[in-house]
Amino acid sequence: MLEVRDLHAYYGKSHILQGVDLDVAAGEVVSLLGRNGVGRSTTVKAIMGEVAPQGTIRFKGKDIAGLPSYRIARLGLGYVPEHRDIFPGLTVRQNLLLGIKDTRRPGKWQLQDMLDMFPNLAARADTPAGVLSGGEKQMLTTCRTLMGDPDLIMIDEPTEGLAPLIVQQVGDLIARIAQAGVAILLVEQKLSIAMKISNRVYVMGHGRVVFEGTPEQLKSNSDVRAQWLEV
Amino acid sequence: MLELIVISTLNGLLFGMLLFLLSSGLTVIFSMMGVLNFAHASFYMLGAFFGFQLTKWIGFWPALLLAPLLVGAIGMAVERYGLRNTHKHGHVAELLLTFGLAFAIEEIVAMMWGRSPVDYRVPALLDFPAFTIFSTNYPAYKIFMLAVSILIFIVLLMVLKRTRVGLIVQAALTHPHMVGHLGHNVGRIFMLVFGVGSALAGIAGVIAGPALVTQSDMAAALGPILFVVIVFGGLGSLPGAFIASLVIGLIQTFAVALNGSLASAFGPLDPSAGPSVLTDIWNVTIAQVAPIVPYLLLVIILIVRPMGLMGTRET
Repeated sequence: MLEVRDLHAYYGKSHILQGVDLDVAAGEVVSLLGRNGVGRSTTVKAIMGEVAPQGTIRFKGKDIAGLPSYRIARLGLGYVPEHRDIFPGLTVRQNLLLGIKDTRRPGKWQLQDMLDMFPNLAARADTPAGVLSGGEKQMLTTCRTLMGDPDLIMIDEPTEGLAPLIVQQVGDLIARIAQAGVAILLVEQKLSIAMKISNRVYVMGHGRVVFEGTPEQLKSNSDVRAQWLEV
Repeated sequence: MLELIVISTLNGLLFGMLLFLLSSGLTVIFSMMGVLNFAHASFYMLGAFFGFQLTKWIGFWPALLLAPLLVGAIGMAVERYGLRNTHKHGHVAELLLTFGLAFAIEEIVAMMWGRSPVDYRVPALLDFPAFTIFSTNYPAYKIFMLAVSILIFIVLLMVLKRTRVGLIVQAALTHPHMVGHLGHNVGRIFMLVFGVGSALAGIAGVIAGPALVTQSDMAAALGPILFVVIVFGGLGSLPGAFIASLVIGLIQTFAVALNGSLASAFGPLDPSAGPSVLTDIWNVTIAQVAPIVPYLLLVIILIVRPMGLMGTRET
């Protein structure tokens, strides 16, 4: 579904991505792991066109490298950025409704499903989203992107800065998205959720993919973990 | 005195609402695109001249509709073919583009209509006193201007708060990238907002033209006040722009109307001291300093509260 080949990206003069290759198949859950600053977030940003990409990015067979992000989104590629960019002045309900791309074509996720899934969001449906807690904001941004009915959703650091109990809830949400048949590319630093729900994992180091395999293979490969993941 | 207060309040509200027609567009464009549009007052001037010309050809009422549409179309073209291409070279390039455009529009207007005021008159239908307070006849046209600006204010508010497009615009004010990631065409929204903002300035021009002076330097005269309004209100804040427009409108109108000076408040200085700088200051009337009052306010607000009354950005 998503094919990335020899992807390069720059911030000014610094060469951040130095030839990333990765694939996500339909319905697959894939995690992109690595320490801070190795280019995980930049990879998804480059796929989304927020950072200018060089190389090949194909989604459902279409070359999407460098397309405006709204066109990429309309092809069915959802993106939940790491800063939980909710629209703070709009209500929770309005935030969710803006996730819909075309109001004439209802997707498989409805507003009511989201509110049923998260009683916290339902209770605050008509309050400005700016007052939500970090965990609630994460649920909101993820649900908002789901409202656009993506076939693949890229979620950047969903558990960053959240309490263990909330991390569990985020994990449940991601598992539920996977059950619905939506492919997931999860960017994470911590291994906890990723190892449990992923079909495959990539480990990045210095702007490249340094390991690719199943969670079990990563578990048994202590060299990769020591060199590229553990602090 | 009561008469002066009533009339000045009405005039101040009117001037304030006109300023809001301009500052609302300017401030929304700023928060979305991060660009201070120096040509915004020029769109106001174009509105006035198009209004004048179209009134001559097809009458005031069709002109009231058509002139803002024309100005809006020009605004959209400026965004689509000018700013969007300049955007990749950064904000300075965009700023310079609007700066150059302001001068170009002024010169083009001067070439087509000359530099002296044109004879843009109040339509006959509205050329009568609406009511008389004390001894002053208040013109019906001014009431019409006030009504039009209030109507547009309400429509603008409803569109922003109640419609889906309005919600997308609100979201794009703070998070344009995220709006794009959700599949909304941010470029088209920018163009639309630029067009509507320009059209609002155009409406202000069409209705203000007959009441004020329609002349090729009117943009240059109003532009600086406009910047005072949006900086005072807080760059990017619509409620801030609204309050600031009314405050500046009222302050300016009252300052012009009041004739007080230090001399009239505290009595003349001892004449034996002879003329000095102090006697000059002592005799300056409030009306005389009225033109600089907005700028003083700007300086004070920048010192005391740099983000403006209701601003959130720290630019």
